[in-house]
Amino acid sequence: MGDDFTLGRIVLNLLIATKWTIILSLIAFVVGGIVGFLVMMMRISPIKPVQFLSWLYVEFFQGTPLLLQLFLAFFGTSVVFGINLSPLAAATLALTVFTSSFLADIWRSAIEVLPKGQWEAASVLGLNYFQQLRFVILPQAVKLAIAPTVGFLVQVIKGTSLASVIGFTELSRAAAQINNVTLQPLLVFSIAGVIYFLLCYPLSLWSQRIEQRLT
Amino acid sequence: MGYSFDFSVIRDNIGLFVAGALLTFRVSIIAIAFGLILGIAGALFRTSGNKILNRITLVYVEVIRNTPFLIQLFFIFFGLPKLGIRLNAEESAILSLAFNFGAYATEIIRSGVESIHKGQIEAGMALGFKPLQIFRHIILTPALANIYTALIGQVILAVLFTSVISQIAAEDLTFAGDFLNSRTFRSFEIYFMVSLFYLAIVWMIKGMGYWVERRFFGFAKYSRR
Repeated sequence: MGDDFTLGRIVLNLLIATKWTIILSLIAFVVGGIVGFLVMMMRISPIKPVQFLSWLYVEFFQGTPLLLQLFLAFFGTSVVFGINLSPLAAATLALTVFTSSFLADIWRSAIEVLPKGQWEAASVLGLNYFQQLRFVILPQAVKLAIAPTVGFLVQVIKGTSLASVIGFTELSRAAAQINNVTLQPLLVFSIAGVIYFLLCYPLSLWSQRIEQRLT
Repeated sequence: MGYSFDFSVIRDNIGLFVAGALLTFRVSIIAIAFGLILGIAGALFRTSGNKILNRITLVYVEVIRNTPFLIQLFFIFFGLPKLGIRLNAEESAILSLAFNFGAYATEIIRSGVESIHKGQIEAGMALGFKPLQIFRHIILTPALANIYTALIGQVILAVLFTSVISQIAAEDLTFAGDFLNSRTFRSFEIYFMVSLFYLAIVWMIKGMGYWVERRFFGFAKYSRR
């Protein structure tokens, strides 16, 4: 029947939960970006063991399902370390690590696509490794990396939906809960889908526009 | 750390994981096969010049790409019965994954088709190639070579996405891990090993992809850079 849950209240409840989707996405993207930058630096480092560790990190978190990373963060840490992370903390941890590995890879590709001549010219000018990166390499890499990075933010937002599985009440979990009560899955999941679409599509468009402007 | 790792629980229940992995394979292969067909159709619609087909496909692609797979899965699994279509967990999983993969495949294949320069086709006609030869040697093979890497990447993503179907109780590899976890609570060992199983699957796909690429598209190595 669903007389307690009119359309308006369903939408309102979903929008309230969306706040958490946005918060989780932003934290994961920002902190993941910082960690990802560090991992990327390690990946292009001339020190072999450092490069290998970074490669291993990226391979593992790109090659395993996000769902399992969430389970490891939530169940694994409580069993091994005895700390009971809240669903929010565990989701943040897993999504941050997930984001960092993908961003590290995207940014590494942007750097490696640049001609070796750029590095050589910079070094001939007397710049050390970090100055080469800062003044010559990174500015050019950033231009190449913006479109895929914005595109990945869309993946992060979609990834937050899996946090629902470890009990974090964001949009997907709220939708599932409301469905359990109202038994109107077509309506509830459609609205949830529309909200995700409204969050993601502008970013997708922006990313496509940046990419077109570069070609 | 007061925790003693015990990986024997995985060894003792290996049959469970194999059964789960088999379902993961089954769902992946069928869904990707159907998804490829959808993708080819979608790419054809998008490049056909027909405004209506183009629009419909564009809407399909953008809706799928901008909504989470979990929502798509729930929509199909919980929603279709309301329309009278009763699918079990495995069937819903295959359907949603096929639609999901199909959207991404549409864009990948479309970019492959559009990457073939008109001049190549004209050169072929000038050289006296028959239309079927043009299609096979000038359009199809180079296009496949160009999109191959992106397609393999999307296949890997699809296989990783199958872990989500454990949430509608499809008994895949992840579900096997969940099941064992609820029995033994050896969360870390179980989920870590299951992650490694997926990683092994991903490396296998990459390896096979690399082998196929060298075998069939070796010629493209020089023209692609």
